Amino acid sequence: MSDFLKIQGLEARIDADGTPKEILKGIDLEIPKGEIHAIMGPNGSGKSTLSYVLSGREDYEVTGGSATFKGEDLLALEPEERAALGVFLAFQSPVELPGVNNANFLRTAVNAVRRARDEEELDAVAFLKAVRAETKRLSMSDEMLKRAVNVGFSGGEKKRNEVLQMRLLQPSFAILDETDSGLDIDALRIVADGVNSLRGPDFSALVITHHQRLLDYIVPDRVHVMAKGKIIYSGGPEVAKTLEKQGYTQFLEAAA
Amino acid sequence: MSVETTVQTSPGLEAFVGRAAGHGTALAAMGIPTRRAEAWRYTPLRAFADTVWAEAPALSDAQVQALLADLPLPEAGSRVVFANGRKFDVLDSLSESILVSAAEPVDPIEDRFSAVLNAALAQDGLSVRVAAGTDAGMLTLASLTSGDAVSTHLRHRIVLEEGASLTLYDLNAGEGRYVANPRFDIVVGKGARLTHVKLQQDSQTAGHLAIIAASVDAGGNYDSFTLNHGGELARHEVVSTLNAPHAQVHVNGIQIVDGNRLNDLTSMIHHAAPDCGSRQTVKTVLSENGQGVFQGKILVDRIAQKTDGYQMNQALLLSEKAQINSKPELEIYADDVKCSHGATVGALDDEQLFYLRSRGIPEAEARDILVRAFLLDALDLVTDEILRDLLQRSIRA
Amino acid sequence: MPAVTETRETVEKLAKSSYEWGFETDIEMDIAPKGLNEETVRLISARKEEPEWMLEWRLKAFRMWLEMKEPEWAKVSHPPIDYQDAHYFAQPKKKPGPKSLDEVDPELLKTYAKLGIPLHEQALLAGVEGAEEQKRMPVAVDAVFDSVSVATTFRKTLEEAGVIFCPISEAIREHSDLVRQYLGSVVPAGDNFFAALNSAVFTDGSFVYVPKGVRCPMELSTYFRINARNTGQFERTLIIVEERASVSYLEGCTAPQRDENQLHAAVVELIAMDDASIKYSTVQNWYPGDDEGRGGIYNFVTKRGACRGARSKISWTQVETGSSITWKYPSCVLAGEGSVGEFYSVAVTNNHQQADTGTKMIHLAPNTRSTIIAKTISAGKSDSTYRGLVRMQPKARNARNFTQCDSLLIGDQCGAHTVPYIESRNMTARIEHEATTSKISEDQLFYCRSRGLSEEDAVGLIVNGFCREVLKELPMEFAVEAQKLLQISLEGSVG
Repeated sequence: MSDFLKIQGLEARIDADGTPKEILKGIDLEIPKGEIHAIMGPNGSGKSTLSYVLSGREDYEVTGGSATFKGEDLLALEPEERAALGVFLAFQSPVELPGVNNANFLRTAVNAVRRARDEEELDAVAFLKAVRAETKRLSMSDEMLKRAVNVGFSGGEKKRNEVLQMRLLQPSFAILDETDSGLDIDALRIVADGVNSLRGPDFSALVITHHQRLLDYIVPDRVHVMAKGKIIYSGGPEVAKTLEKQGYTQFLEAAA
Repeated sequence: MSVETTVQTSPGLEAFVGRAAGHGTALAAMGIPTRRAEAWRYTPLRAFADTVWAEAPALSDAQVQALLADLPLPEAGSRVVFANGRKFDVLDSLSESILVSAAEPVDPIEDRFSAVLNAALAQDGLSVRVAAGTDAGMLTLASLTSGDAVSTHLRHRIVLEEGASLTLYDLNAGEGRYVANPRFDIVVGKGARLTHVKLQQDSQTAGHLAIIAASVDAGGNYDSFTLNHGGELARHEVVSTLNAPHAQVHVNGIQIVDGNRLNDLTSMIHHAAPDCGSRQTVKTVLSENGQGVFQGKILVDRIAQKTDGYQMNQALLLSEKAQINSKPELEIYADDVKCSHGATVGALDDEQLFYLRSRGIPEAEARDILVRAFLLDALDLVTDEILRDLLQRSIRA
Repeated sequence: MPAVTETRETVEKLAKSSYEWGFETDIEMDIAPKGLNEETVRLISARKEEPEWMLEWRLKAFRMWLEMKEPEWAKVSHPPIDYQDAHYFAQPKKKPGPKSLDEVDPELLKTYAKLGIPLHEQALLAGVEGAEEQKRMPVAVDAVFDSVSVATTFRKTLEEAGVIFCPISEAIREHSDLVRQYLGSVVPAGDNFFAALNSAVFTDGSFVYVPKGVRCPMELSTYFRINARNTGQFERTLIIVEERASVSYLEGCTAPQRDENQLHAAVVELIAMDDASIKYSTVQNWYPGDDEGRGGIYNFVTKRGACRGARSKISWTQVETGSSITWKYPSCVLAGEGSVGEFYSVAVTNNHQQADTGTKMIHLAPNTRSTIIAKTISAGKSDSTYRGLVRMQPKARNARNFTQCDSLLIGDQCGAHTVPYIESRNMTARIEHEATTSKISEDQLFYCRSRGLSEEDAVGLIVNGFCREVLKELPMEFAVEAQKLLQISLEGSVG
């Protein structure tokens, strides 16, 4: 199904202290249903911006192009509507929510999304059961549920918490924004297992990274190389290996 | 809220109004505030109201030189001396960019008693304008008073044009039972910087009612520090307005209060423009029957988004009879701001004291070490090294 | 059943039955004529069949009130109140009136509906945090409508434990000595303008007496409601807890929508003896006025607790979401050595509401301790002020205070203010005070929304997190209700 996620000529900018700064300069990208794509690129190439624009962050102004998801104009939707539609962004650095109990947050989110999808809400018992199954799988302690969202979490704990949310919200399209940064090898495996467990004909993902390491665990169907706000090269999983060995230079030169 | 309400007539008020010769209407209407006035609830002016304060007479050369003799004075820079409210001398050469001329009024602080009293009685003062882009270096302003039942009311105006800078060392000292009531109208222009370091070591029986109105333009900085050290009853009052983006104001200070004295630092930092910052650290050390007052208000207008305001006041009580009254206040109408204040009150830490003594340091010395340590981070805020050193040496803890 | 739900349902039943059938048979006058003079005071006292000393006490208060001026120092503004243009005594009618809750106040019922359903689940979920399900205790309820106590439940169970819980009007008659000894001993009649007014014209309220060594076997709850038009509500609450005794007391307040403002001036006095403890929780949801600021309750309340005994403890927790104007400073006078005062407060203002609230902690004795946690949330065009006093008197050796005041602004048309007074006359006393002002960050909002929460739910969640330190002090089920109330109060404040 080619109209699963379709991005055409997407341009976006951010207001940097009063001066608009162009970051995305015409992105074309299609991710068919059931596929996992990776985007690799040097710092400042616009990878994170792409993830924010797709998930609806307000600081970015879309100045051109389009993005449709399941046939809907993704860019016209509120962030929560995108979440309900199945878009999930795993943040690079998840924000802390002091005083907001993690379990309560998770349940509120799960039920908000279920409500929007016309599914029955989970009562506290059912929810706890579901969440405990997931925490076990992710080797998370129950204690993490009792703490405030991301407050005092280590880097690894935050990432696990993101994966926990992804598992619970059951998205059909996940964006992993440098989820591998700051993870040790065990945590990396857990994150990868979390994604792989959702892998199937109804789940797609966009993995943003600048290390090939994560892609050893989540093997992508396609790899795109991004630089200066554009996708400059697309290929199979072997592209990641080439990048790891030879860096971005040849791609940049080829694009120039 | 902090309206300084009227009071029944008193000998002091009558005398002031009489001396004002027709300029005392506002003063007569306001009267001398009682403790029922919110702004003076911790600082009673009762004794002040009961005395008939006369105009201070001119002092002789010898008297002034005697007063100057022991004062901590920097060697560098220009110097202007006022004695008993009169310009006494301009010592050394004023740098060319400093022009001395008659004082003229600015700024709306006329609901505050110290300003009203000064407006009624001020006759002399210093007027300084530092030309755009000029660094005027250091200017020492020594205000000396001597006599009993006399008062002085100097009014100074300091204007820094765009990009100008000046370090003002504001030294107050004297002998006898007098009242010093100086007023400063300060304008800090675009990108200009005024470093205002004040040493208040008026006589232990004197009254000191200073008021400063400072308005700061875009990117300007009014960086002030006050060592409140003398006077039987001394208030240092600052009303500073951040008028344009990226202005900065620092109203820092140390108060060291002993005997039966009362020292008061009252300030209003008014954020009237976005993207400005203000910092305030005030430390008060109290011994014997000393009373300390800190009243610090940060006001953030609706327009003043992205304000960054921080205020800390700490008091150290060293005796059974000492007393601190503190009122840090935030009044905020803009939502995207970062404003906070902290306040602590307490005694020296017994464990620290014991630790020092167990290492052989006598108790008095150990206390002195801890008090100085308490004051250190406030003192560090004096950016001018010469003056910081000078203040440090004049602290008798 | 959650405490408040239970309270409410009990009250609804009571309301219907008592308002429909009446509970006094010989009422000739339902409502006193408008106006306030000595005759009004005499009439109230007579209607309540009070002893002579009580009338004298009231008259003395009234004469003091005549000499007093309305306080102006609070950061609130309102048109002058015409004290002669109100009724000072309103007794529920005996005939069926349009007074059942459904008829009077559909908005309120909607609010309840919003509050009602998820309570059970929320409570279960709270169990995740380790609170695990608390053993459910019944709650005794005293319902006060228009300053007249209409019924008190569970009196028998309480009597068996030796606890007196009854309308104060009844206590004045039945436990005259106790009331006479303690009434006005914490808040003297002439304490302030509104306390004097209350002392002169209060019509009812709750009275609690817990004897030595008794832990009150259930939560006590008073439900205050203003129903009648143009009626000032002046309740008086007096709680006395003897040595080694303890009580937890809940207070809920509602009023119907009206275009005109109504005055509420209550006085609450708490007295704790040696090792006694009193926990006083309030969820104040008086009608706040409409979006344009029309109507709403003027809530001018004096609440004060005296820790008279050594090691006694008084803890105030309040969630203030209602009223058009709130003027309220629940305070502790720490007179007993080692006594403890606490104040936990959440004040939310939206639209045109104004709140000036805080506390006074007066440390008189050695080793006394106090904690103040105040959370202020302003939205819409509202103004909210924390005003607090911490005073260490010369004898307060080794006393301690910790104060934390945090303000949150939602939108750029509101104001949040912090006015603490910190006074110490004892070198060994230690005071720490912190205050911050901030807004909800865009990052936090976006994070929640990207997980599917609506903006309003996200704000609610973050605000509840902001208030957590206070909400956790409430009895659990009260806390769940309070959380919902916070969210409802902030509706329409974002987006």
